[in-house]
Amino acid sequence: MPLSYLLKRLGVFLIVIWAAATLNFLIPRLAPVNPIRERLLQAVSFGGAGKTDMEKVVETYEAEFGLNQPLWKQYLRYLSDILRLDFGVSIANFPAKVTDIILRALPWTISLLTLATLIAFALGTLLGALIAWPKSSGALQFLVGPLLTLSAVPYYLLGLILVYFLAFSFKLFPLSGGYTLGSIPRFNLSFFLDAAYHSILPAFSIVLASLGTWALGMRGMMISGLGEDYITFAEAKGLPERVIFLKYAVRNALLPQTTALALSMGYVVSGAVLVEVVFGYPGVGTVLYRAIQTFDYFLIYGIVIMLILAIGLVTLIMDLIYPLLDPRIVYQGE
Amino acid sequence: MLKQLSHLRYHPFLLAGLLILGLILLIGPVGALFVDTDKAKVGSALPDMPPSSEYLLGTDTVGRELMAVIVAGTPKTLRIGLVAGAIGLGVGIILGFIAGYFGGLVDNIIKGTADVLLTVPGLLFLVVIATTIKGAVTVNMMALVVASLAWMWPTRTIRSQVLSLKERNFVLVARLSGMNGLEIIFRELTPNLLPYLAASFVTAVGSAILATIGLEALGLGPQNEPTLGMTIYWSLYYTSVLRGMWWWWGPPIIVIILTFMGLFLVTMGLDQIANPKLRRIV
Repeated sequence: MPLSYLLKRLGVFLIVIWAAATLNFLIPRLAPVNPIRERLLQAVSFGGAGKTDMEKVVETYEAEFGLNQPLWKQYLRYLSDILRLDFGVSIANFPAKVTDIILRALPWTISLLTLATLIAFALGTLLGALIAWPKSSGALQFLVGPLLTLSAVPYYLLGLILVYFLAFSFKLFPLSGGYTLGSIPRFNLSFFLDAAYHSILPAFSIVLASLGTWALGMRGMMISGLGEDYITFAEAKGLPERVIFLKYAVRNALLPQTTALALSMGYVVSGAVLVEVVFGYPGVGTVLYRAIQTFDYFLIYGIVIMLILAIGLVTLIMDLIYPLLDPRIVYQGE
Repeated sequence: MLKQLSHLRYHPFLLAGLLILGLILLIGPVGALFVDTDKAKVGSALPDMPPSSEYLLGTDTVGRELMAVIVAGTPKTLRIGLVAGAIGLGVGIILGFIAGYFGGLVDNIIKGTADVLLTVPGLLFLVVIATTIKGAVTVNMMALVVASLAWMWPTRTIRSQVLSLKERNFVLVARLSGMNGLEIIFRELTPNLLPYLAASFVTAVGSAILATIGLEALGLGPQNEPTLGMTIYWSLYYTSVLRGMWWWWGPPIIVIILTFMGLFLVTMGLDQIANPKLRRIV
C-alpha cells in the first residue's frame, strides 16, 4: 500500500474531524444567547440563590472553563481538549465526566449496531443476488414490493410498530431497556443472555428496515453485471451454475455494495440513535435524548463529536481495506 | 399537456408515486373542509379517548384530537420538506454549475466541502444547530435548519452531470457561435439537465423530511406545532406504546411511510426517464 494513499486518506479523516470540531465550537457561540451560560444560570437558580450569587457562580464557571478568555484561546483549548477526548463535565449529573458517561453507553451501541448492520448487510445482499439471478424461483420476485416498502420506513418508526405488536400485544419480548430492571450489569452468562434477549427487538427493527436497501442495491448491481461478456464466457466454458453465481456474478456486484456500506454509516448511526430512544436501550442514543431533555449541552456536544469520530474511523478503515477486496483497484495517491 | 400526461402510463413507478404524493398533499386542504384544525390544540378534547364516532382518530393525553392533528400537521411537515428541498436544490444548482462548468480551484473547494460534509451524519450536526436555537423554533426555522445540510447531494450530482455534458458537441458549437458562459449554462445545459434536477429535488425533499422527523422525534422541533414528527415525539414522551394507544402514533407513521414511498417511487420513475439504460433494470 503506497504511503501517499495512506496519507491522503488519513488527511481526509483529520479534516473531517477538524471541521466537525470547529463547527461544534462555532455554532453555539454564534447564537445570540450563550446556551451554556443560560443553562448554568438556570441550574443555579434551582438552588435558590439570589441573583448576584448566580452571576458570581457563572463567572466562576466561566473562569474554570476558560469561557472569559479571547475566542482564539478558547478555540485552541477546545481543540486540545478534544485531542485528549475530554469533553468537560455533565451539567445535569454534575460531577460526572461527559467522557465517562459516553464510554459507559458506547459498548451497548457498538454491539447492537455492528451486529444488526452485519446481519442486514449479509442477508440483504444474498437476497438481492438471489432475486436478480434468472434461474432462482420466480416466487422471489414478489419480495421486491415488500422490500421496497421496508426501505422507505425509517428504522425507529418500524421499531415503534414492532414494539406495539411483538412486545405490547403478544408479550414475546421486553417492552424497553437493555436488561431486566434491578439486575446489575456484570460479565456473566445470565446477564449476557438477558441483555441479548432485550436487544433482539431493537436489532430486528434495524435489520428489517435496512434489509430492503441492501437487497434492492444488490439486485441492481447483479442485473447490470449479468449482461457482461465474462458471464457469457463462463457459461460457454460450461462452468457449474453455482460457480458462475458466486464467483462471477456475486463477486463483482459485491464491491459497489461494500462502498455503499461505507457511505451509509452516517445514516445507519443516525437511525440507530433514534431506535435506542424508542426502545429505551441504554446506548448513546438514549443518553443523547436525555441530554437534550435536560439541556445538558456539554454532553450533547460530546456525543456528537464522539459519534462523528467513530464514523470517521469506520469509514477510514473501510477505505483502507476496500482495495484488498478488489484486486483491480490500484491505490491512487495523486 | 394531456398527451404528455398520457405518457405517464409508460412510467408506472412515476405514476404510482405521484398518485400517493397527490393524496398526501390533499390531506391538509381537503381535511380542513371536514375537520376543525383548532382541535389540534392542547386541551380541546377529553384526554386519552380511543377512536369513536365523536373522535374519529381518538385523542391524546393532553387533549388534542388526532384527526385534527393529522390534518393540521401533514401540510406543515410537507412544507418543511419542500422549503428545505427547494433551498437545497437552489444552492446545489448554483454551486454544482459553478464547480462543474468553471472547474479549477473553485471546483476543488466546492467539491471538497461537499464531500467532507457528506461523510458526517447530518442528523448530528442538525442536533447541534437545533439545540443552540432550542425553545423558539418555528416551522420556517425548522426548514432553514434542515436546508443547511440539504445542498451537498444536489451539488455533487449536478456537478458531475455538468462535467459530462460540457464536453459534448452542442456545447462546443454554442461556444464557437459566441455564447458566453452564463448563456451556455442557462440555454444549453439546463434544459438537458431537467430530469436530473427534478430527481435531485425529490431526493432533497425526502432527506429533508427524514431529517426533520428525526430531529423532532428527539424533541428538537417546534414544540407548539402539531407536525407529524412532533406527534411522534409526544407519543414517545407520554409512553403511548406502553399504554396501548395505537391511535396516537399509528396515523402519523402511516402518513410518513406513504410519503417516503411516494417520493421513492417518483425518484425511481424520474431516474428511468433521465437514464433510459435503467428501464430494463428497474
